[in-house]
Amino acid sequence: MGNRTPLYDTHVAMGGKMVDFGGWDMPLHYGSQLEEHNKVRTDAGMFDVSHMTVVDVDGDGARDYLRYLLANDVAKLDGSPGKALYTGMLNEQGGVIDDLIVYLRDPGYRVVVNCATREKDLAWMNKQAEGFDVTLSERPHLAMVAIQGPNALAKAKDVLGIDWISSIDSLKPFQSVARGEWFVARTGYTGEDGLEIMLAGEDAPGFWRALADAGVAPCGLGARDTLRLEAGMNLYGHEMDEETSPLVANMAWTVAWQPEDRNFIGRKPLEQEKAAGVKEKLVGLVLEERGVLRADQPVVVDGSEDRGIITSGTFSPTLGYSIALARVPATVGDSAQVEIRKKLVPVKVVKPCFVRNGKSVI
Amino acid sequence: MSEIRSELKYLASHEWARLEEDGTVTVGISDHAQDALGDVVYVETPEVGSTLAAGDEAGVVESVKAASDIYSPISGEVIAVNEALEDAPETVNSSPYDDGWFFRVKPSDVSELEKMLDADAYRAESAE
Repeated sequence: MGNRTPLYDTHVAMGGKMVDFGGWDMPLHYGSQLEEHNKVRTDAGMFDVSHMTVVDVDGDGARDYLRYLLANDVAKLDGSPGKALYTGMLNEQGGVIDDLIVYLRDPGYRVVVNCATREKDLAWMNKQAEGFDVTLSERPHLAMVAIQGPNALAKAKDVLGIDWISSIDSLKPFQSVARGEWFVARTGYTGEDGLEIMLAGEDAPGFWRALADAGVAPCGLGARDTLRLEAGMNLYGHEMDEETSPLVANMAWTVAWQPEDRNFIGRKPLEQEKAAGVKEKLVGLVLEERGVLRADQPVVVDGSEDRGIITSGTFSPTLGYSIALARVPATVGDSAQVEIRKKLVPVKVVKPCFVRNGKSVI
Repeated sequence: MSEIRSELKYLASHEWARLEEDGTVTVGISDHAQDALGDVVYVETPEVGSTLAAGDEAGVVESVKAASDIYSPISGEVIAVNEALEDAPETVNSSPYDDGWFFRVKPSDVSELEKMLDADAYRAESAE
């Protein structure tokens, strides 16, 4: 038996097909992954993301510590409590240990990291904390529910009630508001508007049921993956890992080079890589004929002997054909070929983002 | 619980075969297989007129989750494929034993069917 979130029994009662995910028993779908996907694109769906790891970072040295630990600069959050920042946490070689979101609280910070990387993340964060006046506290009793889709905010407000309406109405993207144990952020992993809500684990089943009654569809990890891939969002272990620099993983925008005197872990090798010219990049691939692109299929591009590789691929339910993210030689043009079952199939090369707010952006 | 039809023969790799009255053999994938794959989005069938040996790869079925090879349970010439799956691959999910069939073979040795699993043996196999 794997780890269980506070919503495990609720998933089973609602017909969730449970699978192992990073040591957690999580719902893959509740009947049809496609229907769940479409519900998020056209209305509202919800995901149990309680398996993710929440760590609060407190103490007088918290800001200095995070400015050293993370490639993006938490100084960007100064004076904006509740604001969120997406960043990589790099090793000394400039590889990505994990990608995460950090929120400025009042006081302190809250960091949300991936579940599959929890142990190495915590070990690394604790090791780097030496010499800083900082305390790291995991919050394992918190549940987290992501509500996503064009009607997500309206339906969430119906359930949260009058006390929350004005707070949510004034919430800008990538901002959060906290009240007691409740922590409501306008963030997500689907390319749609929505909220990610942390709350005490014991409150989660009732909240989930109330959302379902308000017409928010329970969605599993299957739909979560096709939605994030359409949105061109990275998944740790696919688009990046400890051997991959953020500069080749479409995460250059998350590396804060300024101010130049900020020394963050991995800065030196990234500067060298940038100066030498980045050799690869992450692109989107579109297969307009029949078939499905899958992770690990080789990509052949003009002007390079080196092969690229598909990091994530799927059938896109919104577009009706297959899409993929691929790491390819930087010389790539606007077309390439993918080797599928020993046949070379032509694909279009696009920016790594396919769908936003329910519409194709290709 | 997935449906296993008693009049069909099965492979451990989840294909089913049905001997038709005209002596041809129809092949598809089981209810258990379509359920495990989830929403089917693409089916690649063999070419009409091609010759298959029992155990040959005869196509691919892809769901949003994964790709899975389809093997021919029987040797012979492919005389028909289910072209409706090209536009409506989800038929494999809704009707795995009827409208969701994959291809039809004119068998060169119909006794090969005897080597396949019967419904009870397949039930035991797919429960593992």
